[in-house]
Amino acid sequence: MRSDEKKCGSGVTRRGFMQIIGTGAVGASFAGVALAARPKPAPPEKMIPAENTVKIRLHVNGARREVLAEPRWNLLYVLREVMGLTGTKEGCSRGECGACTVLIDDIPRYACMTLAVEAEGRKITTVEGLMNGEQLGPVQSAFLEEDAYQCGYCTPGQIMSVEGLLRKNPDPGLEEIRTAVSGNLCRCGAYKNIFRAGKKAASLKTK
Amino acid sequence: MAQDDNIYYTRGMEVPETPEPGAEPDFWEKTAVVGKPSPRVDGYERLSGTAVYPADIKLPNMIYGAILRCPHPNARVKKLDAGRARQMPGVRALITGDSDEAKNLKWRYNNFTAPLLDPHCRFEGEAVAAVAADTPYQARDALAAIDVEYEVLPHLADHDRAMDENAPKVHKTGNLVGKDKYSRGDVEKGFDRADAVLERTYHTQCELHTPMELHGCVANWEGDRLTIWESSQGVYAVQSTISEVLDLPFSRVRVIGHYMGGGFGSKLQPGKYTVLAALMARQAARPVKMTLTREETYLSVGNRPASTMHLKAGVRSDGTLTALDFRCTGPSGAYPAGGTSLMDWLVRDLYQCDNVSCRSNDVYINAGPARPFRAPGHPQGSWALEQMIDELAEKTGMDPVDLRLKNIPEVSQARGGMPYTTTGLRRCILEGAEKFGWKTAVEKARQHNRSNGHVKRGAGMAACLWIAGGGGQPSTVVIRLFRDGSINLNMGASDIGTGTKTIMAQVAAEELGVRPEMIQIEHADTGTTQYATPSGGSKTVPTEAPTVRNAALEVKRRVLEMASEDLGVPAEDLDYTGAEIVSRSNKDKRIQVTEVSRLKKRGVVMGVGYRGPNPEKKTVNPFGAQFCELEVNLKTGEIRILRFVAAHDSGRVMNRLTYDNQVFGGIVMGIGFGLTEFRQLDARQTGKLCNRNWHDYKLPTALDVPADMESLPIEIDDPEANNTGAKGLGEPVTIPTAPAIANALYMATGIRFTRAPVTPIEVRRHLDLQKEV
Repeated sequence: MRSDEKKCGSGVTRRGFMQIIGTGAVGASFAGVALAARPKPAPPEKMIPAENTVKIRLHVNGARREVLAEPRWNLLYVLREVMGLTGTKEGCSRGECGACTVLIDDIPRYACMTLAVEAEGRKITTVEGLMNGEQLGPVQSAFLEEDAYQCGYCTPGQIMSVEGLLRKNPDPGLEEIRTAVSGNLCRCGAYKNIFRAGKKAASLKTK
Repeated sequence: MAQDDNIYYTRGMEVPETPEPGAEPDFWEKTAVVGKPSPRVDGYERLSGTAVYPADIKLPNMIYGAILRCPHPNARVKKLDAGRARQMPGVRALITGDSDEAKNLKWRYNNFTAPLLDPHCRFEGEAVAAVAADTPYQARDALAAIDVEYEVLPHLADHDRAMDENAPKVHKTGNLVGKDKYSRGDVEKGFDRADAVLERTYHTQCELHTPMELHGCVANWEGDRLTIWESSQGVYAVQSTISEVLDLPFSRVRVIGHYMGGGFGSKLQPGKYTVLAALMARQAARPVKMTLTREETYLSVGNRPASTMHLKAGVRSDGTLTALDFRCTGPSGAYPAGGTSLMDWLVRDLYQCDNVSCRSNDVYINAGPARPFRAPGHPQGSWALEQMIDELAEKTGMDPVDLRLKNIPEVSQARGGMPYTTTGLRRCILEGAEKFGWKTAVEKARQHNRSNGHVKRGAGMAACLWIAGGGGQPSTVVIRLFRDGSINLNMGASDIGTGTKTIMAQVAAEELGVRPEMIQIEHADTGTTQYATPSGGSKTVPTEAPTVRNAALEVKRRVLEMASEDLGVPAEDLDYTGAEIVSRSNKDKRIQVTEVSRLKKRGVVMGVGYRGPNPEKKTVNPFGAQFCELEVNLKTGEIRILRFVAAHDSGRVMNRLTYDNQVFGGIVMGIGFGLTEFRQLDARQTGKLCNRNWHDYKLPTALDVPADMESLPIEIDDPEANNTGAKGLGEPVTIPTAPAIANALYMATGIRFTRAPVTPIEVRRHLDLQKEV
């Protein structure tokens, strides 16, 4: 706790996050253009305290679900603790490691750096969403065959980054694969096998 | 401090053995399953997202814990007011040092006992209070509402200042944790005999484990029985600590650690957070999930201590080492934690040398206590010794490969001349050099560097051994064969990502002739699985694999006895082939396992395997050598690793796929140690940690490691080591990486980089110094 944070009016402190958020802003600025450069936020029409929940509709792995979320909750928290999709992992909760990478509209994004309210209406894909029913999907199978993991904790994030790459570029070279997973730390150091899995995944996908 | 491998082994213990003494199974001459590149048996779970790591647990009514930590490196809690925090939305439990639940509890930092929530916080990140609330957000809000008044005390952040008279004292008794001394022969005489004597001081920085999965647990009480899901390398170690702290019978503390996301030594033990989660779970009468933040893991769950090492070495012109004199200082942190543990082991044991003297000072500083970190002490010692060997080679005009080959010991000198069961050191160096194309690489680099370009090239190598890695008792494994022929393997060991489960399934499959898919493994649960020591010390495979084999043999023995009743043939005449039992003398006499009468009636046959002792008068150690080629940009100081070859003797390769993966992973971690990772304390001002996250503390990423890494197993039959012939692998593979890089950097730049890590800034600093000269 920093000394400048000790005194806070209502007994509520929210480090590094706006105290209140406008629902209007959610609709206007987050839903439409969150991935592109954001325009100046419009002044909020209605203020809701952070600890109040709002109803949001999430479109995860092909299913639509409504959840109640505090505006400050990140997508990672909502996926894991509210929706029970624990395949997406928490490594740092501040956009450093990539363990929580999911696809949002086919683009790899850190779920910890994405507010749940920002993700409303977007197409979210998690590692669970890559399964073919009970079977591992092609990227997952490639990771199995190439032993592209050890403890398996960064693995869902690595898989989602490779999946995101392949959706954009079905036949990537080594450097493209490296770059695609360069935002995903692996402390076990399975990188070499991850590169190979990226290559293998590309061929499994086109089969 | 302990200059031995007791952190990994229990000694002088009698354990029952299966099979009976003298009936030790034959060494496998040929294997059908073991050694093959089999994908992991738990790959589906880990890749589909269905594997349940501790942080994935969600129990009904579960709440979330968070810990308030001291923001100063040395401070006393003068006043703590949690009144406002208790009233915060969602708060259901709150523990401070004055709480009834906590005030009498103690925490042990090795042999140092302190209050669990000590008002005197001797490092930044020491626990002060804890809160649990309905959501982790609310728990953190509540932490921020706890008012603490600290008396900030002078701090000590620099271990090299620890013994200064006017240095702030971390403990009343002073800043010395302990000293250690070792010597053999006479170093002075050794230096007299030398044709050249060199000496240098080396430094390595404090490295942080930062496994991808945060430290944490879920604690739940059912009456007076506590269940803990802990991200751990050893569930039994967690059980004993928690039982001791909470004064509970071991039997009432069940610790489960099925999946865990990396530990590297930092999860060999539980943390205060585990106790606090349990206390709050009791207070709130709800399960508590406690997951540390990444910042907390930088502060409070261990590190590889920094080192200051001084090495003086003497060599004759023919390359014979005549003397090694090594002095080192390393910080335990704020409590005793092995600040110099094993740092001198390579100096003592790696090369033939009659005259060796080692002295180490383990000191206190005001920073989080160390914990064992992948090959404790060895990468530090290797950084000094292997650079010195390179320098001696240059001095004597020898090739560094040849100088090393000149000094290969046949016995463990540090153990008074005890022989190794096997040593592949010579072969690792020789065959590694050949695979790498050492001579060509050196020649090419030298030629390249004669041009005027600003990108220079270098090749470097280093060798190693690891003090432990032979495995040992105790371990117990139970294998059950069901009447449908499928198998359940029950062991207490954790699979920390090294592939333990996969390898154990392969061992059982090898011995029982069943497909690995027929084997289900239950592991890492003090409530339901057998006793095992934590997975660390590169000893899990050599400890558990022979035990699994013994259990499998016992199952086989029993089922053959049963089948002999059905077939009317003596059990000794029967072969077990997995699905079928066949008489050797009369192939018509055969029976499906599923048809064995007694098995059908009993439902299951069980075999218990115990780990027998290691050979008495020999030591079991893994060896290795690594070779590196790199480029340095003299303008920017950037280093690009081009390729690595790693030749390792770890006995039998149990699974080529996971074996190679360990090797690559060790190299990657070694690259971090050598080039990018350092803990930066604000030593002169606040003493606080400056880089407490992965943004500021750099791990190697996919862009920092070469895709060109080759693993060359030097597979030497070692039937004396244990009945599988496997030795440890996980730790040796990270020991020689950094000095191999440093030696390559020397070839590229002509500069000895004695301070790790060698960042681009460090490279440029040296180049600028050169210019000034």
